Amino acid sequence: MTLDAEHLTVSYLREKGRSALAIDDVSLSLDAGQVLAVLGPSGSGKSTLLRAIAGLEVLDSTVTGTGRVLWEGVDITAMPVHKRGFALMFQDGQLFAHRSVASNVAYALQIARMPQLEQRDRVAELLALVGLEGFGDRRVTELSGGEQQRVALARALAARPRLLLLDEPLSSLDRELRERLGRDLRRILVETGTTALFVTHDQGEAVLVADRIAIMMDSHLVQIGSAAEVLEAPATPEVERFLGR
Amino acid sequence: MGSNSDPVTRIRTSPGTVIATVLGVGVPVAFLAVFFAWPVAAMIGRGFADGLGGFGEVFSRPRTIRLVGLTLGQAALASVVCVMLGLPVAHVLYRLRFRGRAIVRALVILPFVLPTVVVGVAFRTLLRDTPLDGTFAAIMMALVFFNIAVVVRTVGSAWEGLDPRQEDAARVLGASPARVFFTITLPRLGPSIAAAASIVFLFCATAFGVVLVLGGTKFGTIETEIYLLTTQFLDLRAASVLSVTQLVIVVALLAVVGRVRGSTQRRVAAARKPRRTDAAAIVAAILVTAALAIPVLSLVERSLRTSTGYGLANYALLSGTGTRNALVVPVWVALGNSLTTAVQATLIAVIIGVVASLVLSRSPRSPLARRALAAFDGALLLPLGVSAVTVGFGFLITLNQPPLDLRSSPILVPIAQALVALPLVVRTVLPVLRSIDPRLRESAAVLGAAPWRVLRDVDLSIVARPVLAASGFAFAVALGEFGATSFLARPDRPTLPVVIVRLIGLPGGDNLGMAIAASVVLAGVTVAAIALVERLRVDTVGAF
Amino acid sequence: MEGTSLKYAIIAGALVLVLAGCSAPSTDTKPLVLVTHDSFALSEGILEQFTEQTGLEVQVQSSGDAGQLVNTLVLTKDSPLGDVVFGIDNTFASRAVENGVLADYSSKDLTSAEDQYLLPEGQGREQLTPIDNGDVCVNVDHEWFAEKGIAEPTSLDDLIKPEYKDLFVTEAANSSSPGLAFLLATIAKYGDDGWQDYWTKLMANGTKVDAGWSDAYYVDFSGPSSEGDRPIVVSYASSPPFEVPEGATVAPTGALLDTCFRQTEYAGVIAGTKNQAGAQKLVDFLFSTTVQNDIPETMYVYPVNAKATLPESFTKFAKIAEDPFVVSPGDIDKNRETWLSQWAAIATP
Repeated sequence: MTLDAEHLTVSYLREKGRSALAIDDVSLSLDAGQVLAVLGPSGSGKSTLLRAIAGLEVLDSTVTGTGRVLWEGVDITAMPVHKRGFALMFQDGQLFAHRSVASNVAYALQIARMPQLEQRDRVAELLALVGLEGFGDRRVTELSGGEQQRVALARALAARPRLLLLDEPLSSLDRELRERLGRDLRRILVETGTTALFVTHDQGEAVLVADRIAIMMDSHLVQIGSAAEVLEAPATPEVERFLGR
Repeated sequence: MGSNSDPVTRIRTSPGTVIATVLGVGVPVAFLAVFFAWPVAAMIGRGFADGLGGFGEVFSRPRTIRLVGLTLGQAALASVVCVMLGLPVAHVLYRLRFRGRAIVRALVILPFVLPTVVVGVAFRTLLRDTPLDGTFAAIMMALVFFNIAVVVRTVGSAWEGLDPRQEDAARVLGASPARVFFTITLPRLGPSIAAAASIVFLFCATAFGVVLVLGGTKFGTIETEIYLLTTQFLDLRAASVLSVTQLVIVVALLAVVGRVRGSTQRRVAAARKPRRTDAAAIVAAILVTAALAIPVLSLVERSLRTSTGYGLANYALLSGTGTRNALVVPVWVALGNSLTTAVQATLIAVIIGVVASLVLSRSPRSPLARRALAAFDGALLLPLGVSAVTVGFGFLITLNQPPLDLRSSPILVPIAQALVALPLVVRTVLPVLRSIDPRLRESAAVLGAAPWRVLRDVDLSIVARPVLAASGFAFAVALGEFGATSFLARPDRPTLPVVIVRLIGLPGGDNLGMAIAASVVLAGVTVAAIALVERLRVDTVGAF
Repeated sequence: MEGTSLKYAIIAGALVLVLAGCSAPSTDTKPLVLVTHDSFALSEGILEQFTEQTGLEVQVQSSGDAGQLVNTLVLTKDSPLGDVVFGIDNTFASRAVENGVLADYSSKDLTSAEDQYLLPEGQGREQLTPIDNGDVCVNVDHEWFAEKGIAEPTSLDDLIKPEYKDLFVTEAANSSSPGLAFLLATIAKYGDDGWQDYWTKLMANGTKVDAGWSDAYYVDFSGPSSEGDRPIVVSYASSPPFEVPEGATVAPTGALLDTCFRQTEYAGVIAGTKNQAGAQKLVDFLFSTTVQNDIPETMYVYPVNAKATLPESFTKFAKIAEDPFVVSPGDIDKNRETWLSQWAAIATP
């Protein structure tokens, strides 16, 4: 498998020094070019799972085994965030407000020291891909919410990440826009052959964008499978209730 | 929503992070430890060389009780008056849009950085023929004159960040403007008002020159008493008791400030055109601003007055050294010295302040570390609350061994000034850093940016302007600093405030005229520095 | 803080100092450090003459006013701030001597002509060399009295008379050096038993007490360069020359010579100096006519050296008291706190 996450457990400190588990012994695998949606109610730990794979959380060891993240069989658990060659896109874009649209998109390219001319071409190509031709010189603060998310997607895709992590990328948009952008997202991920992990609480979105769906409930991964498998045969009554079947 | 309120830690502990944290915490802590805590502790320690018996003795003196009461009383009253007068000005200067707003904002802060001796003389000249001379009311007026800027700026920048739609909603529901103000606006401004009032209280409780000049000899504070005990009587025991008392008051106050400062949203709402309902606030603001302008204008008037009528003669004299060589160097050279030292002080304060702010803006995993950071945050304000005499003497008895044998080094003056400017830098930069969503840094990191690059591309890019603004403010404060400077300056390199004080201490019309002309020059440079800051539109400057 | 991080911290702190563009000055021969108060001033080139004569550079370090200066020396006794001190006056001399901050040396160039300035034995005669002196006297505004047709006061006794009600302004003895000098003058004149009574009458006669000299002189005094309306003020005997307009022959203000307390300033070698010989040379130099001739024009006080020459403005308009009031340095030091608190109870209710 391309990505293997094993026994991921992340604890956090509550007030007064007590700790609780955000995700508890979660393991999953992902093939190259595949899009996996992590679906679950808010507070179920799905965002933490994404962050753990990105390297933004410290993994705990538990009785079931040591938390590890493997990429093409190589253990990258100790590899710093910035060396993993991933990309992460948040619900609210998190664009650099002090940079222009083009310079946001080019950020990862600048870090990779791509020559200026190539950078310019790549940025133009990406802006075209997300439907924002000619927006390069705009300030990001002048854009609408949907446009900002498109810029964030272009920025995430710029350096051709090995793995694209998407944290509720469509949730902040209104319904109509969400559907259109969801379809665009699916098209772009397929066109670029990007391996992606997609966190959402909306099953419609999950079905629209992903190849497979993983269900998170209460810090645990309770089911994983194709959209049809999960929707037709929920593993537990809780999942069934969550899916509204 | 998310990560801000989520107690999960985001910091990975790599060796680089550890080194950066050690350096980041180490540099500011070492600076404060070496140039503040150690000297002050050594000085206080001298007073307790024979044990702590001094407390009982000093507190059995009726004079001590009276002074402590007077200190607390006048500081409390001045805080209340500053808030009441400062609120309408804050509203007008930060919520309304009109021509010349930047200039008025700069003028309001001017008193904050003028040399006390000069302001003292200006005030006394104005008050001499009134029944107010030498009264408690005179001190109150001067304390308000100096400190109202703190309220205007702190509350003003918070006010600017309030979403006006809440007020609009209340008005649509039928609330009168007064009702809207008291039920909606005022409660939301609460934390910033409390913070500003506490800081004013702090400044007033440690006020020195103003109280001495305007209170005549009737009114003292803990601060003036420490000065007298240390410089006149060498009664270190009593001075130490009072220093500790002062510290206890200050620390208690900082705890309160820390509690109420709380979360601040930094979102600048567009200022609007004045409406009819603003009339009361506008009238009040005009009156307050005019009252602030009177002493300043009287200084300008006096600087233009010569023995033969009005003219620029006093300014022309600034190129010389005063009536019969009153000065070692021409006033222009002193201005040059002032600018040089102020630049050095600004550099020190900004470097240390930015590093400290970067550290303080992170929330570490362990509750212990978090509490340590909170304590560190408070400690950065302490230099404002400790007597300059204590720090000055402390320098002399501690910094006397290599490699820190700095007593005769010219660097001591900018360091002393930097101690005063440091809290202002931190209070300007820190809120901006705290308002950065940690996920912005994470986005950069996941896109491949190494930690140092995240620091550069996210933190430093965003605070670049606030830092520039804080520099301007630190510069202005360093320019006007007199207390520590007079104590440590090399006589062959006097700063402008030192020269002004020397000129005003010599008889002869030219000397007084020159002193006042030099003050106007100092004020002009200060206004220019602050107006420049205003142009950068960073609205947390000098707000606590 | 742990040991290692402290080390890091100090290194980092030092780095900051370097960044700030300053490093400790380094010279081959260590300069002599002259510790003084913040009113110290000499014309350009004077200290350079000392360097030419002796090869020793002088670095001047000031430390607040005269009181702070002595206290600084006392506090830094274990690690002296410099080699020579200038500016200890007779009101603080005995504190410096008793605390042992001075080495035994008085200038070998002193002659019997300067005997009048020497401190009593055991109270500083062995350690301190007189350099300058100035009288703190009551000043009057001649023009004001001429205009009103009232006779000017001439003595301390006059100040409590009804015709001078509300006309006198002085400085607080606990926050101003001339204020303290005036209090000492009254103590010398009326004695331990009488001065408090005198001050009670003075206050009853409408005397105004300001915090500092600038305040009293510029704000409340009525002289030509002042803003106020009180024609009698405590200032210096050297103040009147400053009020003389260009080319005038009569001074508009004058000092009452029967109301004066004399402040004499001294120089001495600081105990623990590493350069005893050099320090002694600097004390001699301060007493030499090179410095003494410069003193009136830069510090507005009289040189003590009988061979020094006075500038014209001093000989013409500044007079010196023939018989100033005297309180011994030992008495001052012993009673300072008592006197000041008694004074405060009367003058600052």
